[in-house]
Amino acid sequence: MSSSQKIYALFKKDLLLEIRQQYTFYGILLYVACIVYVLFLSVNEPDAPTWNALFWVNMLFISINAVAKSFLQEGRGKMLYYYSIAGAREFIIAKLLYNIVLMLVMSLLSLLTFSFFLGAPFLDGIKFTGLTLLGGISMSLVFTLMAAIASRASQNAAIMVIMGFPVIIPQLLLLIRISKSAFGEVFKQGVVSQMVFLLIGLDVLVLALCMILFPFLWKD
Amino acid sequence: MHKSWWKIAAVVLLVYTIAGGFLMNVPRRFILNESIRNLYFHVCMWLAMMILFGVSVAYSIKYLRTQQYKHDIYAAAFAGTGLFMGLLGYATGTIWANYTWVTDQGQSLGTILKEPKLLGAGIAILIYCAYFVLRGSFTDIDKRARVTAVYNIFAFVMLFPSIWIIPRLVGSLHPGSPGNDSGNPALNFNDLDSQMRIVFYPAIIGWTLLGVWITTLKIRIQFLKDKAMLQ
Repeated sequence: MSSSQKIYALFKKDLLLEIRQQYTFYGILLYVACIVYVLFLSVNEPDAPTWNALFWVNMLFISINAVAKSFLQEGRGKMLYYYSIAGAREFIIAKLLYNIVLMLVMSLLSLLTFSFFLGAPFLDGIKFTGLTLLGGISMSLVFTLMAAIASRASQNAAIMVIMGFPVIIPQLLLLIRISKSAFGEVFKQGVVSQMVFLLIGLDVLVLALCMILFPFLWKD
Repeated sequence: MHKSWWKIAAVVLLVYTIAGGFLMNVPRRFILNESIRNLYFHVCMWLAMMILFGVSVAYSIKYLRTQQYKHDIYAAAFAGTGLFMGLLGYATGTIWANYTWVTDQGQSLGTILKEPKLLGAGIAILIYCAYFVLRGSFTDIDKRARVTAVYNIFAFVMLFPSIWIIPRLVGSLHPGSPGNDSGNPALNFNDLDSQMRIVFYPAIIGWTLLGVWITTLKIRIQFLKDKAMLQ
């Protein structure tokens, strides 16, 4: 099999597993629903800055929960099996693709539930949706590598949070700042696109680091 | 490690830094006044931190290439000293901010310290604290060395957006943010004059050498502890 076929097979396996078990999907859906419901009961319709902050914190927790599972579900024996059939790069690319797809769906779902329950204070819906998707991709990339590192440590779920939070903060700050433009805050000409490019640049950087560093985590 | 000239150089440079830093003439700048002397301490701490973190990453890369355990000890020791320098940088910065950023309009230091630049530096420190938490979570030494080396490289790369890029995009009281038009994210070179430079540059070298010295001592202690494993 060529490497693209291997990537596709691994990706399909994750997707099929998800469709058959439907554990992550409904788990996260319930998670979002609970968060939004608690927020709805406590703040009803928050103003734009609060909404923005709550939304991104919610995204952060969703991405941790969604991505953490991808490596935690792979036992030692399974990893050994993957090791015998695929290379490190193919494996991580498949994982990244799957996590990106998962996060894209989750981001859209949480955006929908947020706008339904807590109101939609953003002025430019398309822009904010695009930004949510970009944010979902960024977070899934960073947390995939963090999950890969954490899966090598004992008590991995706690370790992943400890490692992941400080690392994601710069991206999260950028996202919150850019999304303010969708809430009608006026920025200097070109600043928003500059920040979006910075975010995409960071994503590319994280992707490159995943490719370079994952092979070292792979061998046990 | 057995050469002593650079240790002597470190002592000489630091004695010069402290004596020259407190006694030599400095330009009178608006608000900064005499507190500009903190440049020889505060800025040097952060530069020494970056250099030590850089060395730590170099050893992490070396570990991944050669799988020799001593490189892991090097990387951890340099990261530890770098973190210590970062904390000192924070402390000296707080003192400085206390005298230059607090105005007489009823502000407390607490309100001043919610600064993007300081938060970025805080994140940098948290990232490296996470590195040590990660180190503590392993029982297998080889695994610990490999996995933490990977995280160290990743952490160092993510350090750049948090302390060099993000603070450039947002307004801050710290020199070098937008509106301060010096172009440098950390300090305003326009405030320096040639008299300050003759203390400032030796001070950077002096503090970095001291950091390296502390690190070599830590490395030697670790070597003695792990003697059985290294042979």
